[in-house]
Amino acid sequence: MRTAISPLVLLQPRSVREALRMLREEGPPTPLAGCTDLYVGFNAGALADRRFLNVRGLGALGGIEVRGGVLRIGALTTYREIIRSAHVRRRLPMLAEAAREIGAVQIQNRGTIGGNIANGSPAGDTLPVLAAAEALVELRSLDWTRKVPFADFYTGYRASVRRTDELITAIEVPRVEGAQWFRKVGTRAAQSISKVVMAGVRADRPRIALGSVAPTVVRARRTEDALASGATLAEAQEVLRQEISPIDDTRSTADYRREVAARLLAQFWLDTR
Amino acid sequence: MSAAHRPIVFTLNGRRVSLRVHPLRRLLDVLREDCGLTGTKEGCGEGECGACTVLVDGQAVNSCLVPAAHAAGTKVLTIEGLKGRHPLQRAFAESGGAQCGFCTPGMIMAAASLGARPTLDDVRTGLAGNICRCTGYEGIYRAIRKQEARSQKTEDRSKKTGARSKKPRRRAR
Repeated sequence: MRTAISPLVLLQPRSVREALRMLREEGPPTPLAGCTDLYVGFNAGALADRRFLNVRGLGALGGIEVRGGVLRIGALTTYREIIRSAHVRRRLPMLAEAAREIGAVQIQNRGTIGGNIANGSPAGDTLPVLAAAEALVELRSLDWTRKVPFADFYTGYRASVRRTDELITAIEVPRVEGAQWFRKVGTRAAQSISKVVMAGVRADRPRIALGSVAPTVVRARRTEDALASGATLAEAQEVLRQEISPIDDTRSTADYRREVAARLLAQFWLDTR
Repeated sequence: MSAAHRPIVFTLNGRRVSLRVHPLRRLLDVLREDCGLTGTKEGCGEGECGACTVLVDGQAVNSCLVPAAHAAGTKVLTIEGLKGRHPLQRAFAESGGAQCGFCTPGMIMAAASLGARPTLDDVRTGLAGNICRCTGYEGIYRAIRKQEARSQKTEDRSKKTGARSKKPRRRAR
């Protein structure tokens, strides 16, 4: 491990309230839960943070339930729990599909959906699903609870509207009408970061979200508009190619990503016909 | 280790341990360096290769990504906890499931988390996070399937003998 741990501090709250107080008064520390992303940075010596807040084990932040037609998933819910949840399989099957392709079993047993959101990688596998499902992110501080539409959550590359004294406590997903679709394209099914990842909902007005093609996960609204107003698939694919802004990096090239995104759109459209 | 840290108490291979280690120390380092259990290996150090796989409360985890604080109150099982007598260990040896051996402890722990008789599909999914650069995986899958066949036989036999023997008798070598 390339990070010296002796100067690091782990704060260990016993309740959500104590955690929120520590977030406001002590640093603020970086929340830590499944550690499946955070420790990769640790091991590589690439993490600048020095103070951490252990939120794992705060029971109030776990659990999956359906209340008043809304699917509520606690921030500490692991991918394993998502895969096994009857509520998720029935109401948001594309989330279960995404969770199945995150890392492998070892990662799925520890990684949390709140962590995936907080980490804010443009390649985060659950994020296109949450964008296409129009989920709300619940943020709590000592003084308030607010629910932010997923589309308004990210403000730039790994940047979000979460204030440093707020904790992501849950996501809420209203009923999703229409067929759901998810596909990740990477070097292999397990253990790979996506080259392109897409989630779609086929309704009168289709909803399409993509990862790894822009600084944040994005909704392809112009492509959605084109499809909703009766454009041909070929026309919609051209709109999508223009709408996204992928880059060349170690995993893929901008050209390849543009082409694969267009093909995923076609696959989504054919599969949900 | 330092007296400055609060003790972290957990069950390691069936025995209670209490360690004063930094709460952010990797479970991998706690096992290898503080407990002297070097069966668990470090491969990539980033959750890709699975060489450091151990079970925490029965679930496979990458011990390079688990802070010591998260072991508190849990049951941790490492390759040493199988005591060389687990049917998987014999099956790996007999079926060419190990070549250089570096991935083997992680492979066996991941396989052990799959329960008694996983399907081939379960095995493929369950071991997707364990990388082996020698075997090409066929020997590993064969070993896990062979172990299943053997536990099936053991089960059949114990059904026949009924409640006569409470402990499964160890086979003579």
